[in-house]
Amino acid sequence: MSIDLKTIKHISKLSRISVDEKKAEKLAGDLNSIFDFIEKLNELKTDNVEPLTSVAETTLKLRSDEVKSKNLRDQVIKNSPKKNEDYFVVPKVIE
Amino acid sequence: MSDITKQSLSELVENIKSKKLSSNEVTKAFVERSEKSKELNAYITEDYANVLNKAKKFDEKPNLDLKLPGIPMAVKDLFCTRDLRTTAGSKILNNFVPTYESTVTQNIWNEGAILMGKLNCDEFAMGSSNETSFFGNVQNPIDKNLVPGGSSGGSSSAVAAQLTPITIGTDTGGSIRQPASFTGTVGLKPTYGSCSRYGIVAFASSLDQAGPMAQNVKDCALLQEVISTYDEKDSTSIDFKRNEYSKELTKDIKGKKIGIPKEYRVDGMPKEIEDLWKKGIEYAKDCGAEIIDISLPHTNYALPTYYIVAPAEASSNLARYDGVKYGFRAEGENLIDMYEKTRSEGFGAEVQRRIMIGTYVLSSGYYDAYYLKAQKVRKLIKNDFDEAYKKVDAILTPSTPSSAFKIGEKTNDPVSMYLNDIFTVPVNLAGLPGISIPAGHDAKGYPLGLQIIGKAFDEQNILNIAYAMEEKINFKNNITDWWVK
Repeated sequence: MSIDLKTIKHISKLSRISVDEKKAEKLAGDLNSIFDFIEKLNELKTDNVEPLTSVAETTLKLRSDEVKSKNLRDQVIKNSPKKNEDYFVVPKVIE
Repeated sequence: MSDITKQSLSELVENIKSKKLSSNEVTKAFVERSEKSKELNAYITEDYANVLNKAKKFDEKPNLDLKLPGIPMAVKDLFCTRDLRTTAGSKILNNFVPTYESTVTQNIWNEGAILMGKLNCDEFAMGSSNETSFFGNVQNPIDKNLVPGGSSGGSSSAVAAQLTPITIGTDTGGSIRQPASFTGTVGLKPTYGSCSRYGIVAFASSLDQAGPMAQNVKDCALLQEVISTYDEKDSTSIDFKRNEYSKELTKDIKGKKIGIPKEYRVDGMPKEIEDLWKKGIEYAKDCGAEIIDISLPHTNYALPTYYIVAPAEASSNLARYDGVKYGFRAEGENLIDMYEKTRSEGFGAEVQRRIMIGTYVLSSGYYDAYYLKAQKVRKLIKNDFDEAYKKVDAILTPSTPSSAFKIGEKTNDPVSMYLNDIFTVPVNLAGLPGISIPAGHDAKGYPLGLQIIGKAFDEQNILNIAYAMEEKINFKNNITDWWVK
């Protein structure tokens, strides 16, 4: 299989990572060699195999629905690159 | 004592407990050596003033009942440390100062250790050579221009060079064991669910585990005992009875059955690795273990499986870096443009590559062909181990298919870089514990490691086997202090 530039542009859109032509070409080359390597899995028949989603064979523990940490607003907002009082600031999204 | 930094963690603890050394003396020695070792580039963030202060405070009212009394320690920069910058080796977190502490590091401070600084690593732990770090290459103290392994490369370099008595790394596909093997140190990747992932910058959540990196097996057991706790803040943390690993450590492994998987004899494996493995088998026999040939038939499919599962989880985990809540932001014409520029400028090439792979294998139309397929093969790989463990107590393999390579040698070929993890990745996919111990040198004098893989939650057993073999191997690291200024 081959991943073309159009696919790279599509994935970059989904990934929210901008790529220019030069970077797209490099990525296409890299991804193709990686996917050639991944294709090896097709040698295996897996029709009747259950997918493994977690190696930990335990059920999730339940806990009571209690608030344990309070008043974290300042901590939550502390590392924001752009803020205004208690809010995160982003480019305008509503005209 | 001028040779403080040459002492093992266990010796330092003993000397502080018996008041032969103070925390201040020990801390000063490691800070001084770290300051003279800048050329290694093992640290991303140094916190020397703070650690010296805290050591003095510790000495004023020393609590000598603790397991790590007044011990200075630097940790991989993937663990969130309250009020000290945590970068994950990335530009996108260059200015991130956590307001909370990871559970694993909190456990360490609770036992009396003091944070000395944050150690370099591959960006978001994605790499096998520490070359993807935004903060530059780390040098292997064994030889200039040699990679220290990765992703925990700053950690392996710092322990081998004795800049810190011990440290912690994280291991998603070999990131503790491979760098330990490259630097002649000991590294343990615990069972999935043994150490809390709370406060560790996430890479691939179904594979990530924190673990100790040390100069010897006993130190490794002591730190594992401290960091492994059940934690309700991590929903995949497992509530099982944990041993006091260092106290229960024994060299008596008579009658233990150790499996040798034939599939690990990979094509093109250097003779030196093959010889090392044979020597390892002899050492294990000398310790009284019984050697049994086993088969792990799906070994060859582990790396392709890993390169679907890990990027898929990474693409999802790294979606949070959007330039809004924390970290680096690039200005854009609108919100989407801001996201795209932030992520394009903030992430390095390898991270972007993996996000793209992950996004692709999870995208509509490809999910079944790749992600679901990989999850099924992952099941087959785990079944192989389950089957093998009906016959044996542990498995012995080489840690890596080669010794440390040169900086720049593999950077242009991602697949050849990925092949480094061929012996370590299956262990993460199956969620098992694995330990790498130094076992010999190649012709160039570079260290080589052996890996002992255990049953889930059986850390004590692989620590014991490692402890017994360590004595027989009697490994000596060839370190000349060439970098010390």
